Amino acid sequence: MTRDLFDKKLREMQDDVLILGSMVEKAVQRSMDALRSRDSAQSTLVIQDDQAINAKRYEIEEKCIHTIALQQPMAADLRILVAVLFIATELERMADHAEGIARINLMLGDEALPPVLGDIGEMADKAGDMLRRALTAFVERDAAAARLICDEDDQIDALYDSSYHTLIQEMIRTPADVQRITYLIWTCHNLERIADRVTNICERVIFMVTGQLEEINVSRY
Amino acid sequence: MVVDYRDDRQTEHPLSTQQPLPPDERIEQPPGTSVIEVKGLSAYYGQFRALDDVSFRIPERKITALIGPSGCGKTTLLRCMNRMNDLVGTFHINGSVEYRGQDLYARNVDVVEVRRRIGMVFQKPNPFPKSIFENVAFGPKVNGIKGNLPDIVESSLRAAALWDDVKDKLHQSGLALSGGQQQRLCIARALAIQPDVILMDEPCSALDPIATLKIEDLMRQLARDYTIVIVTHNMQQAARVADYTAFLMMRSDRAGELVEYRETDAIFTAPKDKRTEDYVTGRFG
Repeated sequence: MTRDLFDKKLREMQDDVLILGSMVEKAVQRSMDALRSRDSAQSTLVIQDDQAINAKRYEIEEKCIHTIALQQPMAADLRILVAVLFIATELERMADHAEGIARINLMLGDEALPPVLGDIGEMADKAGDMLRRALTAFVERDAAAARLICDEDDQIDALYDSSYHTLIQEMIRTPADVQRITYLIWTCHNLERIADRVTNICERVIFMVTGQLEEINVSRY
Repeated sequence: MVVDYRDDRQTEHPLSTQQPLPPDERIEQPPGTSVIEVKGLSAYYGQFRALDDVSFRIPERKITALIGPSGCGKTTLLRCMNRMNDLVGTFHINGSVEYRGQDLYARNVDVVEVRRRIGMVFQKPNPFPKSIFENVAFGPKVNGIKGNLPDIVESSLRAAALWDDVKDKLHQSGLALSGGQQQRLCIARALAIQPDVILMDEPCSALDPIATLKIEDLMRQLARDYTIVIVTHNMQQAARVADYTAFLMMRSDRAGELVEYRETDAIFTAPKDKRTEDYVTGRFG
């Protein structure tokens, strides 16, 4: 006996996760580009597009709930659906962090970025790279790759630490810039949370493949 | 192995990359006291081998489900546990089935006593064509069980969650009850002879969903005092009621083998053997 229709639904849901993932990746990328180039219009678009990301997340959730109710999946099928549910939620929250960065850019108004940015750029690049590879691990059912990505969260934490200290020093040096630098610390925090959520996605990939629920890397923040 | 999930021609489950595991990784014996221990059991109907080399333990006061496709030997295995297969002339076994350390197939075993301690409820409700009272009282009477008969009948009917339905019509025919009530009457009849183990052979397959859920609730209550083994074709039922689940499968030579045995939630969320995975996800069987 095969379950062709059910398998097709599972594949569709996986494709939906990838679509959501690419929307989120784009949102993170655009929010950082907008901040770097102080492009308010771009930030406004990121905020507007978050509605579409929320809608996609609810669409995936609804499909999962229907499939669980109607197909009564077991074992690996159940694990895939549970993973999809959690991953969709994590992705949607990551987009909220991107939206947060976009709002920070709007809050900066007409002011230029402070001259010292810490490791914000590197954090954004690293978090984006971790997200891309986490989605690949999901598609390829690669628990080993997911585990390695979780370990990389320490690098993001280290970049956050160093950025935080650099930016605090800069505040002390130039008290007039406290407000602008605070916005940058908030940006770092958003990026750090995005990487944490990548770790959560990887934990779900490991669960999907092995059936083991485990917390791989607990962030210090 | 990396599987391209988008390949429409793919028929095997995308996570089914495991090879069959050795028995010690597939059979996880439950902790605590075992009531029944099946050791290297092979069962034959004449020349035909229905079961091959099955070994596992049934834990006390738990519900153990036997699942598997038609013809895999699960009913044969269940019926070996109280020697019901003795009624088939050509039936014989190798290996052993022990009940609390006693070999059930030893020469000096009293088969009537075996079936008193290890009762059975069948697929189709089969009350005697007698009153509700007589149905329940029959076992204690013929087994010479001491005690106040009306008390035994009442406590058995209460334990089977039937007392409130029938207390005002105990002398009406058991056949006048609904299907679900008849099955609970059969359970009360089994309980009246104070068994230790209750074997259930697809006890809900002839019942509607509401009656099925009532029997399942009842099984959970009974598991506080009794050891229950159930054969079911309904995987959701096994998932809902059983503490442990054994998955059997028919091999190419048509002999049934025990593929995997472990806690029910593990069988239905993360089975270790590929064949179990394929069965519980509905990809064969």
